[in-house]
Amino acid sequence: MFRFKAGRWSALTLCAVALSACSGGLAANGEVEIPREPHRIVSLSPSATEDLYAVGAGGQVVAVDSNSTYPPEAPRTKLSGYTPNLEAIAAYRPDLVVVAGDADHVVAQLRKLGVAVLVEPPAPDLAAAYSEIEQLGKASGHLDGARSAVAGMKHEIGAIVAAAPTPSKPLSVYHELDQTYFSATSRTFIGQIYALLGLRSIADEAKGSSEYPQLSGEYVIARDPDLIVLADTVCCGQSAATVAARPGWSRIAAVRDGDLVSVDDSIASRWGPRIVLFVKRIANAVGKLEEQRE
Amino acid sequence: MTAWTLDTPARRGPPARSEVRARGVPLGWGGCAVAFLAGSLVLGLSIGPVGIGTGSIATSALSHLPLLDAHSPLGAIDEAILWQVRAPRVVLAALVGGMLATAGSAYQGVFRNPLADPYLLGVAAGAGLGATLAIAYAGAGTGELLPVAAFAGAIAGVAGAYALGRSAGVAESTGALILAGVAVAAFMTAAQTFVQEQHAATLREVYSWLLGGFGGADWHEVALVVPYVAIGSAVILAHRRVLDVLSLGDEEAGTLGLGVRRVRLAIVVAATAGTAAAVAVSGLIGFVGIIVPHTIRLLVSSSYRAIVPLSLLAGGGFLVLADLIARAVLSPAELPIGVVTAFFGAPFFAIVLRRARRVGP
Repeated sequence: MFRFKAGRWSALTLCAVALSACSGGLAANGEVEIPREPHRIVSLSPSATEDLYAVGAGGQVVAVDSNSTYPPEAPRTKLSGYTPNLEAIAAYRPDLVVVAGDADHVVAQLRKLGVAVLVEPPAPDLAAAYSEIEQLGKASGHLDGARSAVAGMKHEIGAIVAAAPTPSKPLSVYHELDQTYFSATSRTFIGQIYALLGLRSIADEAKGSSEYPQLSGEYVIARDPDLIVLADTVCCGQSAATVAARPGWSRIAAVRDGDLVSVDDSIASRWGPRIVLFVKRIANAVGKLEEQRE
Repeated sequence: MTAWTLDTPARRGPPARSEVRARGVPLGWGGCAVAFLAGSLVLGLSIGPVGIGTGSIATSALSHLPLLDAHSPLGAIDEAILWQVRAPRVVLAALVGGMLATAGSAYQGVFRNPLADPYLLGVAAGAGLGATLAIAYAGAGTGELLPVAAFAGAIAGVAGAYALGRSAGVAESTGALILAGVAVAAFMTAAQTFVQEQHAATLREVYSWLLGGFGGADWHEVALVVPYVAIGSAVILAHRRVLDVLSLGDEEAGTLGLGVRRVRLAIVVAATAGTAAAVAVSGLIGFVGIIVPHTIRLLVSSSYRAIVPLSLLAGGGFLVLADLIARAVLSPAELPIGVVTAFFGAPFFAIVLRRARRVGP
């Protein structure tokens, strides 16, 4: 056994190094004692599932929750991360359980059963996402795999950003979470990805303190965003066609010119390794926008 | 109409408290309600996250009328925002608000229960189940199917409650019907929660539907709901005297020559069809159906001859204003409309209640 310090350690590092706003949300569950190499891992977090497979710990994963849709070979079960059933989890005889949040006091309850639990909450930014991958790598005995996965992500994202054209004027983006116009501001994880590529969310003008405000339809039309990103293609069946059919939306230049990116909801809502794909899609769209301008 | 009328005020019961009240809507209050609705519609159309001048709106409106040689001063985007986004939203809110308030007053009269609201017999739970089933099993993007499924669920819920209430053997008792409604609603809510849990990916869409609102309103939805609101509220309006008679009690109403069961069924069917259509296009919006009729009852008259028509007008105006606040307070972000109806409606109602206590009997 070795003592593994998760969450709090990385949160501190993060605050010191990146000077990012730490609200305490990242600090997970502090020190966790984990068997040297867990071989029965249960993941109740779709992002953590992707991380575990990316670092090379897929072979040790015995069960993942019902929302862990990627990678396809992950052993998907009916387990839920939102309403975790302690006995159902325990039935897999796990030696490590990974969760994104402490729903129904699952962390304390699993600890009572002597099971190590790692809390990997939604990452506020890329640095936090990288550190979660490294924590999962360390916990699963694949620190090297985690380090090379993170290095690969950093390298790819860096290359995509470097190759992307610098917008001649600031570009605006409307990131759609569902068809009732819930969106995300620049303060969110996804908002910071947009910032990397010189895009600014039109949700930033929303009053109130919500990072995921619901926008007025007429505001989106009048704001005429340069780019529309649909992160509700799976949950809510939205597409370029359904958007164009909305009353008044055909007036938006992005809808007329096809500057509309449809992404799989799961890629746009997780903070795992596939975020690279998202960055690439957005970079391509920005490139196309700049071409149109010329 | 039925064979009997109530031209002379009944001898007992609240409606007969004064000659003036028994005549129906007092002129002043009628004018107030019309002005309130008209004012709300104008405000709702003029104010939004996108500033469009009232003068331009008026000229643009004239330019859409035939035979008039007016040219809209608005650009294509503002034209689209005004007439494709904002106008249908305002009109839909007025229709839904009017329908919910009218249906609420009808339910309160039929069941002689001040706490009755349009969702009493399982409309809300049924519509929720229908909508959730459509979202979960008919796949995503159920734009056309969703209102139909919600409508069917709402009707099924009330039909189930009615059948259960009658089979309970005490068909004349409204209490049995209300209890049947509670049981059916609980069962359907359980089924809805189960389906929703089994399809976690659709959680977001189900929740945004359940919360209710007019964010996605278009003319198509207005056209869908208009016939139900027109017929539903017309039937209730036509029965407003009957509601006064029913308020005397089933036995008394029966001795006055009223076919209580038949009339009650007609009113419940009209209120249910109208409410189901309203819920189908706007989701579950609480508070309107219970607060608007009671406010009128306290301010104007306890006769349904006043309550029903005034609820139709004031309910429409109230929901248009609530929706205006929902999109203006955090503009360009929106608040859920249920938050607004309760947050502004409850204190207002408290004031009305206190004043009525002081002045009242």
